[in-house]
Amino acid sequence: MNTLSRKIIMAATGLFLCFFLLIHFLGNTQLFLEPEHARLSFNAYSHFLTGNPLVKMVSYVLYASIIGHAIYALLITAKNKAAGGSYKKDNRGRASKWYSRNMGVLGTIVLIFIVLHFQNFWYVYKFGEIGLDTNGNKDLYAVVVAAFQELWLVVVYVIAMIALCYHLIHGITSGVRTLGLFHPKYVRWVNIVGVVYSVVICVGFAAMPLFIYFTNSK
Amino acid sequence: MKLHLKIWRQKDRKSEGKLVDYTLENVNTHMSFLEMLDTLNEELILKDEQPVEFDHDCREGICGQCGVVINGNAHGPLKNTTTCQLHMREFKDGETILIEPFRAAGFPIKKDLKVDRSAFDRIISSGGYVSVNTGQAPEANTIPVSHEVAEAAFDSAACLGCGACVATCKNGSAALFTAAKITQLAILPQSKEERKQRALRMIVQMDEEGFGHCSNTEACEVECPQGISVLNIARMNYEYNRASFLKFKKK
Ligand code: HEM
Ligand code: SF4
Ligand code: FES
Repeated sequence: MNTLSRKIIMAATGLFLCFFLLIHFLGNTQLFLEPEHARLSFNAYSHFLTGNPLVKMVSYVLYASIIGHAIYALLITAKNKAAGGSYKKDNRGRASKWYSRNMGVLGTIVLIFIVLHFQNFWYVYKFGEIGLDTNGNKDLYAVVVAAFQELWLVVVYVIAMIALCYHLIHGITSGVRTLGLFHPKYVRWVNIVGVVYSVVICVGFAAMPLFIYFTNSK
Repeated sequence: MKLHLKIWRQKDRKSEGKLVDYTLENVNTHMSFLEMLDTLNEELILKDEQPVEFDHDCREGICGQCGVVINGNAHGPLKNTTTCQLHMREFKDGETILIEPFRAAGFPIKKDLKVDRSAFDRIISSGGYVSVNTGQAPEANTIPVSHEVAEAAFDSAACLGCGACVATCKNGSAALFTAAKITQLAILPQSKEERKQRALRMIVQMDEEGFGHCSNTEACEVECPQGISVLNIARMNYEYNRASFLKFKKK
């Protein structure tokens, strides 16, 4: 393993997570439907995902990617801290974006969020007591609505999406170049697509708890 | 003009350094930054004190020997300028200027503002040879090089090897320097032949010297006196991936 191959693992796992996030996002947009319609279609979708062997395989790759990405993040950040110099007066920040220098911090916020998120929904769906909807599917929609009655949880989700947004704005351009895309024209396109992707996904995800909180609170 | 200087003094690699205050009167605004340090050193010598050691050679911005961190920026406040090409008119009368050596795990401090950048030399020599015929000068058009390729190679070759990229990088990464050297040789037809082994060896050497990972913050390009593009780093990544893949296929 050398500095380049470690970064390739970061990039490959990170970009896979970006791909997963898009699918996850598209599926979850069902939460914006009319409540009763949303309940049935969201629950049916969740049921379909748990039954499908292909989805099961992808989910193992997903878990491995999250763990691998986090482990390599730790290795890389530790090495970088040791290799970089520190100055009595440091004005180096003028030359780069703050979020590009703090990927480890942003990633840690995202990791804490992921643990919380798994506990909120994934764990409850798999192991918790959960009612059935009129189609006989597990009523995950009710769990989601109940969870987002808590203002603090909504706030935590929104903060996590802000952190994720900055992580992705830098992560996508960085990751694609780590994989070796160097042509100026395509690099510029990736930058634009990366920013649009990051903002759309993160604003969209942040809107879900907000939408549920405000449409369901009396 | 009058200046207050805070300069990093360190006896040798092992000893602890510290910032020492000096005041310098009658600084001419047309002096270069290094001439200002010369003036200070003359005063120190007359007072029987140790002069401040710093690296320099051409003093015309082409050799890459000079380089200190001035008020928190490698080569000081001006963009695309080496320390020797920075002039005192960029500073205000009565200003306090903090001067430190380049700092990174790959660049141990030798003395005062001098750092050991021989890691760069070892990265270069690990790249190995270029297959060219020796003897008579070849006929100029035997190997055609298109204008675009020649210009791109020149852009990468403009790297001075000063090390400001490493000093600027929060990770102390030598990616920009190494990438510029790898790219320059990987695209010219004369040196394309060895591009795989050269890329792999130089990257291994870069790691052995203790430099960090590249986070693509792009600070290096901004502070580089030659404005070497960060796309060189992406090119290095491409060369590395290509070489690793081809090596894997061969097995
Ligand atoms: C599990 C928590 C996470 C941590 C601790 C984390 C940390 C990091 C770190 C330290 C980097 C390296 C940046 C550098 O080299 O300076 C990085 C890169 C990246 N991350 Fe994350 N991250 C996390 C989650 C995510 C998620 C959920 C995604 C995508 C949905 C993601 C996408 C990326 C991408 C695309 C890169 C770019 C790779 C590169 O720089 O070559 N990360 N992450
Ligand atoms: S890339 Fe720029 S900053 Fe780095 S060594 Fe070369 S000239 Fe100096
Ligand atoms: S002394 Fe040669 S570049 Fe500054």
